[in-house]
Amino acid sequence: MSAPDQWPLWEVFVRSRNGLSHKHFGSLHAPDADMALKNARDVYTRRSEGTSIWVVQSSNIVASAPDAKEVLFTPSDDKVYRHPTFYQIPDEVGHM
Amino acid sequence: MKWDTCDPSEQYLLHLGDDALVLGHRLSEWCGHGPILEEDIALSNLALDLVGLARQYYQLAAKRIGAGTTEDQLAYWRGERDFKNHVLVEQPNGDFADTMARQFLFDAFHLLQLEAIEQSNDAELAAIARKALKETTYHAQHSAEWIVRMGDGTDESHRRISSALLRIWPFTGEFFLPAEVDRLAAARGLGPDVQSLREPWLELVREVIAKAQLSLPVMPQKLLRGKSGIHSESLGFLLAEMQSLPRAYPDAQW
Repeated sequence: MSAPDQWPLWEVFVRSRNGLSHKHFGSLHAPDADMALKNARDVYTRRSEGTSIWVVQSSNIVASAPDAKEVLFTPSDDKVYRHPTFYQIPDEVGHM
Repeated sequence: MKWDTCDPSEQYLLHLGDDALVLGHRLSEWCGHGPILEEDIALSNLALDLVGLARQYYQLAAKRIGAGTTEDQLAYWRGERDFKNHVLVEQPNGDFADTMARQFLFDAFHLLQLEAIEQSNDAELAAIARKALKETTYHAQHSAEWIVRMGDGTDESHRRISSALLRIWPFTGEFFLPAEVDRLAAARGLGPDVQSLREPWLELVREVIAKAQLSLPVMPQKLLRGKSGIHSESLGFLLAEMQSLPRAYPDAQW
């Protein structure tokens, strides 16, 4: 086991209620996955915030580069037709 | 004020509450001093769980003792001899390995004790045990995980947890040495015959110790009588600190 300052960083995702998706809550250090889950329970769910926890080692997350923002995201700015707002939802469908 | 009660159920509640309060206080001493932030929070959580459990036992004891007795009086106005906790739980924190060794050996006992009390014929007591079992199961997992990581970790962590286990081991015999309070509780079906918990406890402990590449300490047990109010020198200092505020300011309000 390595020293605490060499422990990997983990990202913590918590599902607050059944039916909701897991949401990023924060990060923490832990020597391995089991301890990361336990630490996440103690650090992020002690005020009964959760019903389920995911942890993933931060180094396993592939992130988009900040300077790729324009290339990735601005092309969709002027394509309003991609929003599904151009047709009527029948009343029987109810809330979508 | 004299708090000695001769009612077995009240005595038993005080014994159980004292274990939880004294160990909870010990763990609270780690607050702000944990080896890492995450573990600091975990230790404070354990402390809060145990202090919360102590409150439930004391509230029930206070209700049964009657005459206006309160949980705070039971926590802050009883002297060292009135405390009926195991001598193990009052032992100083030492380093993180010492604290985890103490916690691991107690958690395994505490689990078995609560499982037995869940079957108590005292319904109010059984309800407290049922609720406490969930958090105690977590405590036991948490401390066992650390025993494994320290035992099966680096040379230094292995050395530290080995010597911590050797230091605390002689205090575990008291768990299974029936005192008056245990005998009365068992006779009335309030709690277990503590001797019957020894084998299942050894089994729980042995499994984790083996997984941690450690060996079970082989050494004589101390003959301790904390459950009869005879404590080590550590308890007096602990109580002096824990009780100082209400004793200096008896009218203090939260």
